[in-house]
Amino acid sequence: MIRIFKPTIFVLCLVPLIIIAYQILFNQLGAEPVKQITHHTGEWTLRFILLSLAMTPLKNITKILAWIKYRRMLGLFAFFYGTLHLLTYIGFDYQFNLDPIIDDVLNKKFIFIGLAAWLLMLPLAVTSNQKMVLILKQNWKKIHRLSYLIGIFAVLHFIWLSKTIFFEPLIYLIILITLLTLRLDFIKFLFKKKSVT
Amino acid sequence: MKLHKFKSSEITPESLYINRRKFLKKMGILTGSALTSQNIITSAFSYTPETERKITPYKFVTTYNNYYEFGTSKSDPHKNSKDFITKPWDIKIDGEVENEITLSVEEIKNMIPSEERVYRFRCVEGWSMVVPWLGFPLNKLLNKVKPTSKAKYVKFTSVYDPDQMKGQRFPVLNWPYKEGLRIDEAMHPLTIMVTGLYGKELPNQNGAPLRLIVPWKYGFKSAKAIVNIKFVEKMPVSSWMNASPKEYGFYSNVNPNVSHPRWSQATERVIGENIYSPRIKTVMFNGYGDEVASLYDGMDLRKNF
Ligand code: HEM
Repeated sequence: MIRIFKPTIFVLCLVPLIIIAYQILFNQLGAEPVKQITHHTGEWTLRFILLSLAMTPLKNITKILAWIKYRRMLGLFAFFYGTLHLLTYIGFDYQFNLDPIIDDVLNKKFIFIGLAAWLLMLPLAVTSNQKMVLILKQNWKKIHRLSYLIGIFAVLHFIWLSKTIFFEPLIYLIILITLLTLRLDFIKFLFKKKSVT
Repeated sequence: MKLHKFKSSEITPESLYINRRKFLKKMGILTGSALTSQNIITSAFSYTPETERKITPYKFVTTYNNYYEFGTSKSDPHKNSKDFITKPWDIKIDGEVENEITLSVEEIKNMIPSEERVYRFRCVEGWSMVVPWLGFPLNKLLNKVKPTSKAKYVKFTSVYDPDQMKGQRFPVLNWPYKEGLRIDEAMHPLTIMVTGLYGKELPNQNGAPLRLIVPWKYGFKSAKAIVNIKFVEKMPVSSWMNASPKEYGFYSNVNPNVSHPRWSQATERVIGENIYSPRIKTVMFNGYGDEVASLYDGMDLRKNF
């Protein structure tokens, strides 16, 4: 099953890229093209972060181990779209003009925390392959706990850049809180108990 | 605070207004039938401080809007305002006045002819358009009442109608939308009440039937679908000030030197450009400094942002 599923999911994960490429090529970006690319890539970064964070709880709830096999791929797609998002900001929005970018990072908390989220994704991306899991052993798990922090930073980024929390930032916040709560030991305990009885 | 009284001699029409006809020809719009429903004076001049900035295409002016009453996404107002009923529509002018009045939009349009005004429109989010509005100076409407000596500010209230306006069913802002100006700002000849754009009747998503435009302030100051204009003694608290006083001040003049926690105010993106177009520099008072800077003489615009 995994043999068919994995490539299918991989292709599905590329759909947001295909959509934005289409919009760029056929001039479908609308009134504010750069912002459209920024928003599209930003939203998909956030969605992939939350999707990758959902795999472990899904495994625990459904008792199906296979979810874990997609965790790395989803995380790497989050990094991929996050990098496109960052490059859009640096390349298209500010045309590699560093002064306003530095100014933004220092003065706008939503940029600061977004950049922090992206930087935290770097070590996870670098250590994502199987070899690294073997080399780092227990430390690998510790490093990859950063993903919770990335999720929190990413949602904060969205809340802070929005004029009001209604509705999208709020929805993502609720999803994040749910996903993190499902990882709390006493909640996990509930699931275990259920499966025993 | 000392109020600055505006004298009409302070503006220099010759240098700022171009012949409307020349403008119309250049634009290739405003022909025949589109105009008959509007009462437009042909002798009016069009305000246009720049020749190099392009007028934003109609498509973007009418599909890219911030109008939270109809939803928080830019495309929502266009989609959700189609069936919004704007007739009949009354506007009450009251508060600190000797003779409060209620006028229908039709009465107002018949009483005060609209003229073409091409203004830059700068949103606090860091984007801008150039819009050919149809409208008339607000002072022509305000002159219908006599403010008492107590009156210092003008408060604008937009319509509250959650049945027709989905966005108002949620506490996104403290509905109805409220805005305010100092009386001298409201009486300034650049401040207009808008009845249309691109030579046509004002589309619902742009604030029909009657909205404010204050071109030297960020777009949110220009309240839409106004039902009440009230002269008041105390500085009104606008909906955005109420939502986040640190981010949105009463004045909200376009000012590249006062930065907003989220958006760069030093530069702006021009709506309708392509992905390779750079941001352009934002100009103090959105380029209307010659006309309006004197309103704020002696004021610290960093404090009074
Ligand atoms: C993990 C990293 C990140 C995630 C999950 C993320 C997510 C998002 C989301 C969801 C949006 C809003 C999209 C919308 O409104 O539809 C957004 C907008 C934005 N992001 Fe990020 N982002 C990340 C990193 C960054 C970084 C590193 C930067 C720049 C240094 C950045 C700059 C921006 C900008 C400029 C906007 C547009 C703000 C506006 O609408 O005015 N983001 N991002």
